[in-house]
Amino acid sequence: MAIDSGTKATGTEFSSEIPVELLGESGKLAAGAGPYRLAWRRLRRNRAALAFGGLFLLILLLCLLAPVYAHDIAHTGPDDNHITETVKVGGKVRDVVNAIGLPIGPTWHSRFFLGADSNGRDVAVRLLYGGRNSLEVGTVATLITMVLATIIGVLAGYSRGLVDGLLTRALDVIWAYPVVILGVALGAILAVSGIDLGIVKVRGSSLMVPAVVIGIVYVPYVAKPIRGQVLGLREREFIDAARVQGQSSLRIMFSELLPNVGSTVIVFVPLMLANAVLLEAGLSYLGAGVQPPNPSWGTMISDGISSIPAAIHLVLVPGIMLVLAVLSINVFGDGVRDALDPRAKIRIGR
Amino acid sequence: MRRFVVRRLAAAVGVLFVISVLTFLIFQTIPNGDPALRIGGRLATAQEIAQIRHEWGFDRPIYVQYFRTMEKIFNGTVVSYTQGVNVLDQIRHGLPATLSLAVGAGFIWLMLGILFGVITAIKAGRFADRALTVLAFIGVSSPPFFLGALVIYYLGYKAGVVPLGGYVPLGQDPAQWFSHLIAPWLVLSVLFIGIYSRVLRSTLLDTLGEDYVRTARAKGISERRVLARHVLRNSLIPIISLWGLDFAQIIGGGAILTESVFSLHGVGQFAAESIGRLDLPPILVVTMLTAFAVVLLSAVVDILYAVLDPRIRLSG
Repeated sequence: MAIDSGTKATGTEFSSEIPVELLGESGKLAAGAGPYRLAWRRLRRNRAALAFGGLFLLILLLCLLAPVYAHDIAHTGPDDNHITETVKVGGKVRDVVNAIGLPIGPTWHSRFFLGADSNGRDVAVRLLYGGRNSLEVGTVATLITMVLATIIGVLAGYSRGLVDGLLTRALDVIWAYPVVILGVALGAILAVSGIDLGIVKVRGSSLMVPAVVIGIVYVPYVAKPIRGQVLGLREREFIDAARVQGQSSLRIMFSELLPNVGSTVIVFVPLMLANAVLLEAGLSYLGAGVQPPNPSWGTMISDGISSIPAAIHLVLVPGIMLVLAVLSINVFGDGVRDALDPRAKIRIGR
Repeated sequence: MRRFVVRRLAAAVGVLFVISVLTFLIFQTIPNGDPALRIGGRLATAQEIAQIRHEWGFDRPIYVQYFRTMEKIFNGTVVSYTQGVNVLDQIRHGLPATLSLAVGAGFIWLMLGILFGVITAIKAGRFADRALTVLAFIGVSSPPFFLGALVIYYLGYKAGVVPLGGYVPLGQDPAQWFSHLIAPWLVLSVLFIGIYSRVLRSTLLDTLGEDYVRTARAKGISERRVLARHVLRNSLIPIISLWGLDFAQIIGGGAILTESVFSLHGVGQFAAESIGRLDLPPILVVTMLTAFAVVLLSAVVDILYAVLDPRIRLSG
């Protein structure tokens, strides 16, 4: 089924059966259903993708409700220290952090539901606040990647020649850099200096530093495929038609090319979000991401690894949450890709 | 063939030049990033700082600094700003661990990636496909340092079947070398197996629908031979190109996370530690090493392409 041409249904000339995607709610032929509506219908039938999409929304909601949980259930904040306190578990009074510095594991009670860390902080509270930070960094990074990559990809593909050559070489250079090394180098430097663009000033400890770094690092991965698609599109008749009508290059790029790369852009959003959340965790593990005491899933796993073998829950809790979140984005994203372009060559991870 | 080699060499030199200039410039833009301050330490007086700046040549124009650093890299005398050690010695020290990691993991993920890709493609829609697809998704969604930490805790501390990290040179004790590397190999492979099996599955499914496959079957060739000779051979091309790039990046220290969690003290961990100290020379050398590996391996990949698919000519 060629969905890039919208309503054309190849194959109908060989059979009288109408493809199920073309049938509306009432079972009648939905004349002229657009590609996005067709994609939505396909996605709606993909139960695994929907379930994981729902799981992601649930995780997101929980993280957004972090202050409510902290205030009304756990009665503590993400950075509050309870190192000298005790907590009642099953009628017994236990130290939050015992005499040899071992933090309490999951109590499954309202206080220290998932245990404490070695500073006596509530792991469940930090998990939700950390998730908020991780997802915020991931979302902002994805926005930066998508906007920059779309602009660069469309511009390079449409202009060809010198502009294309320069942009493509620049992308190649970033591409030849290992993602993690480039991310760590930029992250470490900007965490010291902050970002100063004249109008925008960002402090080094801000969440926006890792977001910007991750956003930039992934630009080539999205810009290249978009450029490739635009290179093909610009030879098509509708672009010639627009040019003959006297439309400016800017207008052709915006109103003719951009809508046509829309599905590619949408396909990349969940994949990039998943990669950005993973890279945030990696950078934070190496000390070049979210800066302490700000929690994030990456910094929490990193703290937990330094306390192996004493308190494995400090690794397991944020780690499992991170894997669940990234997994749900990936499965949902795969469903979106299948729905939008069943023949797409874009795959997870690259 | 000669033209191909010459062109690739020229490209390699170009990429190395651009990457080294870029890395140099990134470090020049750090405010308070004056290396003289870090070499001098906290207690250095202004006079001592000026002395260091002069001795190391930080008061020279930036292009002079760049060329002097490059000269030192190529004659092997480049020294770390903060540690005072020869950078190339450090890289030479870390390279065996990184190479061991890359070769073992690269082999494992390529083999298992192809195996799982073939299984999921020929069993498409059946149980084996679904189960392996779920595993592939979990694999690409798990950060290596998290998996590594789990392996170290459950298989290291609890079960005692793998060491808790570190690297033993192959020449010193092959058995210990293997037992120290088996966990890092598997952990690093997980992510790539996930990606490769998915990529191969979709390429295989596309290829299986081609006319020439039907022709081959119609000629009465056995299904196994059709798969191995006709389908797999053509579908391996994207896998080989992915593999070349990923393998090259790991040789260049790209497996920082895996190297760090298992304390392999390879090139990647060296890079990570140097970046933490904002120490320019080691980072410059590591990024150039990676870029070189990427360019070299992509040339090798292009040669492999021509072997796999005789229709492809080597034109550079």
